[in-house]
Amino acid sequence: MADSFGRKRLVVGAHYGLRDWLSQRMTALVLASYSVVLLISALLVPEPGYYGWSGLFAQTWMKVYTILALIAFVYHAWVGVRDIWMDYIDSVGLRLALQVGTIVWLLGCSIWAIDVIWRV
Amino acid sequence: MSEVSHKRRPEFRNIHISQILGYRLPIAGIMSILHRVSGAGMFLTLPILIYVFDLSITSELSYFRLIELTELTVVKLFFCGIAWAFIHHFMGGIRHLVNDLHMGLTKEASPLVAQGFLAASLTCSAVAWLTIFGVI
Repeated sequence: MADSFGRKRLVVGAHYGLRDWLSQRMTALVLASYSVVLLISALLVPEPGYYGWSGLFAQTWMKVYTILALIAFVYHAWVGVRDIWMDYIDSVGLRLALQVGTIVWLLGCSIWAIDVIWRV
Repeated sequence: MSEVSHKRRPEFRNIHISQILGYRLPIAGIMSILHRVSGAGMFLTLPILIYVFDLSITSELSYFRLIELTELTVVKLFFCGIAWAFIHHFMGGIRHLVNDLHMGLTKEASPLVAQGFLAASLTCSAVAWLTIFGVI
């Protein structure tokens, strides 16, 4: 957007922060529903122990739901952690470094988690 | 011009970390800052959580390695912390969604809603802690 930087940038108007606010709620609903489904499924497995637990994640619907929740988690954590840096870190350089570090941390962990879930 | 510029305008900044203990937050504020603390905690311990998931799912051998690890008190305490962080973040999140629906926003209702969710968070956490230590 041409108006989003420089001396004449647009600093008033509608929708500032609406996207973050709304995405934080939508990703939260995905994560909350996943948590409840996971808890109930884990309690209801026919065979407690390793085979029941890994068998749960061997099913395609669970893999899909888990990875969807993971994507929702990454976006949710990004918005939340970025807000923490914006609130407490005033130095622009340090803030940028922390934000880039946050993205690397979240994406790195997600790739690892997908690798783990692909084993069963 | 000079008269105006000599007058110091009051500044309202974020409280400093040294003021935290003396700062009296309303209970909704306590719920809110704990929501942030619990979220940050889960963000920072993410690799440990994935490692635990890895051990639990990769093989029967790694599963038993995890069971062995959970015998250690320090591991139990870690799980207690994560359980609290998750449960608190969950309850605090639902409080936000309730507020988003314009419920519990008045001066009278807000602390009541916050108290309710704090009580729910602590009750569920207590159940989780007792389960982790094998009491129930």
